Amino acid sequence: MIKLVGLIPLFPLIGFLINGFFGKKLSKSLSGLIACAAILASFIVSVGIFMEARHLPEHSQIVNLFSWINAGTLDIPFEFVVDPLSTWFLLIITGIGFLIHVYSTSYMHDDEGFSRFFTYLNLFVFFMLLLVLGNNFLIMFVGWEGVGLCSYLLIGFWFKNTDYNNAARKAFVMNRIGDLGFLLGILLIFVTFGSISYDEVFSKAGTAEHGTITAIALLLFIGAMGKSAQIPLYTWLPDAMAGPTPVSALIHAATMVTAGIYMIVRSNVFYSISETASAVVAVVGVATALFAATIGLFQNDIKKILAYSTVSQLGLMFLGLGVGAYSSSVFHVTTHAFFKALLFLGAGSVIHAMGGEQDVRKMGGLKKALPITFMTMLLGTIAISGVPGFSGFFSKDEILAHTYEHSPILWFFGMLTSMLTAFYMFRLMFLTFWGSFRGTKEQHHHLHESPKAMTFPLIVLAILSVAGGVLGLPHFWGFHNFIGDHLEPLILRKNPSTLPHDTEWMLMGIASLAALAVIYVAYIIYRKRHIIPLNENDKMPALQKTIYHKYYVDEIYDAVIRKPVDVISHVFYKFVDKQIIDGLVEGVGTSVKGIGSVVRLAQQGDISFYIITMMLGVIGILLFTFLL
Amino acid sequence: MINGISINYYILLSAILFIIGSIGVMARRNSIIIFMCVELMLNAVNLLLVSFSTLHGDAKGQVFVFFIMAVAAAEVAVGLAILSMIYRNVKSIDTQLFSNLKN
Amino acid sequence: MLGYTITQWLFGILSFLAIMFGLMVVFSRNPVNSVLYLVLTFFCIAGHYLIMNAQFLAIVHIVVYAGAIMVLFLFIIMLMNLNEDSEPQKTWLTKIIAAVAGGMMLFVLVGSLKGSEQLGLSVNGSSQIGLVKNLGIVLFKDFLFPFEIASILLLAALVGVILLGRKDPQVLDKKL
Repeated sequence: MIKLVGLIPLFPLIGFLINGFFGKKLSKSLSGLIACAAILASFIVSVGIFMEARHLPEHSQIVNLFSWINAGTLDIPFEFVVDPLSTWFLLIITGIGFLIHVYSTSYMHDDEGFSRFFTYLNLFVFFMLLLVLGNNFLIMFVGWEGVGLCSYLLIGFWFKNTDYNNAARKAFVMNRIGDLGFLLGILLIFVTFGSISYDEVFSKAGTAEHGTITAIALLLFIGAMGKSAQIPLYTWLPDAMAGPTPVSALIHAATMVTAGIYMIVRSNVFYSISETASAVVAVVGVATALFAATIGLFQNDIKKILAYSTVSQLGLMFLGLGVGAYSSSVFHVTTHAFFKALLFLGAGSVIHAMGGEQDVRKMGGLKKALPITFMTMLLGTIAISGVPGFSGFFSKDEILAHTYEHSPILWFFGMLTSMLTAFYMFRLMFLTFWGSFRGTKEQHHHLHESPKAMTFPLIVLAILSVAGGVLGLPHFWGFHNFIGDHLEPLILRKNPSTLPHDTEWMLMGIASLAALAVIYVAYIIYRKRHIIPLNENDKMPALQKTIYHKYYVDEIYDAVIRKPVDVISHVFYKFVDKQIIDGLVEGVGTSVKGIGSVVRLAQQGDISFYIITMMLGVIGILLFTFLL
Repeated sequence: MINGISINYYILLSAILFIIGSIGVMARRNSIIIFMCVELMLNAVNLLLVSFSTLHGDAKGQVFVFFIMAVAAAEVAVGLAILSMIYRNVKSIDTQLFSNLKN
Repeated sequence: MLGYTITQWLFGILSFLAIMFGLMVVFSRNPVNSVLYLVLTFFCIAGHYLIMNAQFLAIVHIVVYAGAIMVLFLFIIMLMNLNEDSEPQKTWLTKIIAAVAGGMMLFVLVGSLKGSEQLGLSVNGSSQIGLVKNLGIVLFKDFLFPFEIASILLLAALVGVILLGRKDPQVLDKKL
């Protein structure tokens, strides 16, 4: 079965090709069916491979598909690696991908670009699978770039709107900046170790110079910064909400943005060796988490709230990576995928019911009209807030415990972030589902629960959000930590937790109490006092205004980076392109004409002149041949 | 040795006649004179061929001269016909005036 | 006689005459004179052929060249009414350049002879190859095909000349 791993990316690729070439001719239901069936097939094969891979003796097997690059001494085969990490991510990608595909068949039902949507979605899943399955950094990079491309295509899906196109372009360009760092990291790896296959590189990691390892780790992290929206390359993620909601759910919550985390977990040996790099990762992670959480407090667009929440949670995951809690971060990736996808799909359901309205200030009291959506979103929100017993609680707690062990200050900021997360998530819930309806009369008329194709994935994800905690139950409760044990072979430098059990209980208690307290505060503010967020034109306190405008980060980027680039490009256009390059090209033509007009004078048309010249030539030849 | 004359003298003679012919081609403007000098050059070559054929006792040289003469005759006929056509159009046979291909 | 055989005397005289007449061809003003001098040059060369016992070629040379080709030249010159006055001259510079070029060429050609021995190859064939009969045998046995092609060539030249020499009716009208 493991040898069939090549099929897993193949099914989405076939789906992409069929929908890409014949999509217009197929009926909508057939098109959607093909796409969903492809992902389902991949999921089934993934499950099979996952089961089998757990019993592998060395915990990993490499499946060679074909010899890819073979030039001189450079030999890069196209290999897939089947090991705990890749199989785990396979399940997440194909499983949640399938649910989102099913959801999309209903959500995008009225859209005329239906088959194009599924083409892009399948292509995205294909590249994401390549990313996690590859056995060397180059295949990962191919998948990395590919998902960036699909992200661009999908964010700008409704391409007739210029703002959406700009958002797509912004995402792509920021990604590329990160990719430059990533590529430099790969090149440095190749130069240092002479290979880019995981097994060869990681086994030799100990032999390289410490400074080089730090450089490699930091360069790779720059790539992760771009792909997983960390400071300073995070501003594309909120703008990426311009894409259809299933896209936000799949790409910007569950899969693509987790590629950075996958990459770091895969290369964990570098980060274990280099403490500097790990420290950078942790600090950037927690800073992003806190920063994004504060912005999320004042956002009014339902999808933007979720977007900033994603950035914040990703920051927490990087915090976990930075302190060496690799399996905890993967655990949080998993639970986050469950509840964030659920929340996004639920938001899509709400937007669908509201006829396209996304502003929470215009919603309210939807729990009667959208019962299933309400119930599932509530479960998701409880999970993300870290209420004990739900999945989010266990994963977040693990990260925070490891953080506390590493540095209490970082733990404090992480704790603060969790509290803010609970606050703004429940703010969203209260404003959307409770209270009286604040929208227009037609919207009220239009309210209806979503069709089964949309509610079914919501229900499944809700169940997973609630029960997902079993994957990583803590040791000190006496359980086996499934995911920790599962990923254990991958972590090359062990870093077991040495916290005494009392401290762990205390941390858990603090977290739970804080979460519940914050939820109560949110209840007070938004339910009891019925406070509704201000409109744009109303006066706001200065601090709130700054945070509402996202700390003016976009404007800063515009002034500091974009304007100089604009000036430089203008100079290049006016001067270099027009004068130098065009001058050169035209100069070639002009000079040929000039030389021609001079050489032409030799054509006298007078035959004796030709004969004299010929004679002289013959004399010259004979001279050289005979006499010299 | 051809009857006591070394072949070098024949080569020399042939070369001199050839050069005289080519000087004529370069230095004269009258097309017909140029043509005649070309004939002179051809004859120089004929002389050389015959002398070598006599030297080696090989008849092929003389046969080749025979053919050269035939070709030269044909060439003169056609060339003069062309010249008379040009004369009809340009009313002169000065080569300086035949410069339509200039530049 | 005087240390040279008669053949060598004949060779010397004929060469001298040939070169002199050749020079006269090039340097004479009157084109008619040039033609006549060329005829004389041809006769000298025919004399050379006779020394070398190429009888057939000598006769053919006189008949074809002096008899036919030169007559043709003379005819054309008479037709165009060329004489000394209407003769265009090249600039002095050109003439000097031509002479110099020619001289250099001669120098090179002669210089290439330097160091070569007097060829004393054994004569394989007889000295009778110039006779009509022997030449005819070689021509018609080994070179029959080129011979026939040469006749076709002459036919082509004939046709070409007739076509070229035709007067256009338009030109005729213009002249009149």
